[in-house]
Amino acid sequence: MAAKEEAVAARLAGLTAGPGLAGPRAEARARLEVMGLPGRRDEYWRWTDPAALNGATPAAAKAAEDDEAPLFDALDRLKIVFVDGVFDAAASDDLTLAGVEIARLADKIPAWAEALYGTLEAAGQNPVKRPFAALNTAQATDGVLIRVTAKAEKPINLIYVHKSETSDPILHHLVHLEPGAELTLLETGPAGARFNKVMEVDVGSGASFHHIRAQGPDSECRAVTHIFARVAEKALFKSFTLTVNGALTRNEAVIEIIGNDAVAHVAGAALGDGATGPFLHDDTVFVTHQGLRCESRQVFKKVLKHGAIGTFQGKILVKPGAQKTDGYQISQSLLLDDDSQFLAKPELEIYADDVKCSHGSTTGAIDETALFYLRSRGVPEEEAKGLLVLSFLADAIDEIEDAGLKEDIVARLETWLARHRD
Amino acid sequence: MLEIKNLHVKLEEGEKVILKGMNLTVETGKVHAIMGPNGSGKSTMSYVLAGRPGYTVTDGSAKLQGQELLEMDPEARAAAGLFLAFQYPVEIPGVGNMTFLRTALNAQRKARGEEELSAGEFLKLVRDKAKSLKIDAEMLKRPVNVGFSGGEKKRNEILQMAMLEPKMCILDETDSGLDVDAMRLVSEGVNALRSEGRSFLVITHYQRLLDHIQPDVVHIMADGRILQTGGPDLALEVEKNGYADILAAHGLTEAK
Repeated sequence: MAAKEEAVAARLAGLTAGPGLAGPRAEARARLEVMGLPGRRDEYWRWTDPAALNGATPAAAKAAEDDEAPLFDALDRLKIVFVDGVFDAAASDDLTLAGVEIARLADKIPAWAEALYGTLEAAGQNPVKRPFAALNTAQATDGVLIRVTAKAEKPINLIYVHKSETSDPILHHLVHLEPGAELTLLETGPAGARFNKVMEVDVGSGASFHHIRAQGPDSECRAVTHIFARVAEKALFKSFTLTVNGALTRNEAVIEIIGNDAVAHVAGAALGDGATGPFLHDDTVFVTHQGLRCESRQVFKKVLKHGAIGTFQGKILVKPGAQKTDGYQISQSLLLDDDSQFLAKPELEIYADDVKCSHGSTTGAIDETALFYLRSRGVPEEEAKGLLVLSFLADAIDEIEDAGLKEDIVARLETWLARHRD
Repeated sequence: MLEIKNLHVKLEEGEKVILKGMNLTVETGKVHAIMGPNGSGKSTMSYVLAGRPGYTVTDGSAKLQGQELLEMDPEARAAAGLFLAFQYPVEIPGVGNMTFLRTALNAQRKARGEEELSAGEFLKLVRDKAKSLKIDAEMLKRPVNVGFSGGEKKRNEILQMAMLEPKMCILDETDSGLDVDAMRLVSEGVNALRSEGRSFLVITHYQRLLDHIQPDVVHIMADGRILQTGGPDLALEVEKNGYADILAAHGLTEAK
């Protein structure tokens, strides 16, 4: 066996895949064996050392003692709970919801899911390889399979609870929105010591998908997540992620806009304080435009201090014929001290001649003039800095359309800021 | 109310000295105006009093009701009753004007050991005050000063002043960038706040603002100190003749 395959075999040795899907799982394993596990020499892993994700077992990670009220607590939503990756039926609601069919990967798999499983992940392996996504497809033990046929009666909330110091969950979710269907999907919590998650989202024509995710607050956890989305004609895809704490978080979003007049937005706000443990946050985004007159936006903001590291690798690929594309990308960091760093690699690759694409990346410190303005009105320094952090994050948070959800996310941010004052 | 004695200030970086022995006393309930040529140190004085970083006080004192301001943090100076209306109010995207006002007001009340205002009490107060300054509800909802016209920004400064009810108000070239109507509106706002217990220091280049906000005392400032003090007539005299005579009398030339 070649060294690459040996490394893959060692990585998978302790894992037991969930039932069924023998075909797609075998194909994914074959993909992984060809790719091998990533290393620092790989172009898209230069800034994020994958060693902690490559090991056969995760580093121990304590569950944080969290006295904060659960996020979205007051919201009427359908809760699906996983404790260290294991479905918790008692804590979950009945998996019935008007306008939606919900099943589980570890259960009887519906035909639509059999057909979709692994296909968007496989398509998303080109031109950039994503080994942990293939690993996930091969080995996932459970996940939620959501087929949306109309406007979902209420949001679905996947709640990830982290209790075990050594848990290593691998979950794979599928979301399929029929034409014109609408769903808001919420994901909250730290999931496990090391979490590998893939979500494949197939957004049918004219459908709307809103995704709001909150990662953290456990400081020692590691996570590698992928969203693979396919967006059809006149469809809307919006994803927002808040990350607070986490030793290593790699969030990849691979979005393919295949229809005309579609919209895809992906945004993130990350807050890291190296004083409570290492913090490395990596957003790696790839948006492909194939349709006419489509709009994409990438808005990523990171607030870093005490040695926290943020990275952003974002690409817009406009394929031949994707005329009138409107592509936008911004990545910004606010460094609250001299110890933190932000690394950014914006990329545009355009093969159509009538498009509007822009990208920007900035790194800065707190605006001293604004800080003085706030203090001169009586706002104490640390509180004033908190307001300026919220000000910095506003563009990303504004990507959340629902006012109530936005308020909950801002409240979570404010709690973090209050707890991490110097 | 405000007593500045022998104030010497230089830039923190470099050797440039800006205030060179400034003396000024503003009595309780009075309106003082400071006029002076560009570069005389007027704005620096207002920043130093409010506690802006970047300046080093090398000598002197500045007391507000007997309390030494120069040793206090900017937020403590505000809680003690000092307010600086900025020449260029700062835009803060993503922070609502209401949130800003309420945070500031309650922080000051807390610092003074007073009870914080509830959301309801605050809302009523801000609506009443905004109405008198012709600030509409939409402007209150918008992020602080973002997309505000020059006039709206200055009205917003006066709204903050009205909400925070300071004892000593410094207006740093509040008339700059205002058309006549905006100036009248802002002046009316200031005049409505004039009271026995509140003092004002109005920094301006032009007599015109002083037609609207009539001062009790006028000072001429140049070269980092007060050169001459007089009544409202002094402003009219400067408007007519310029600063040349006053500067010459103190051995200074106009050219800077």
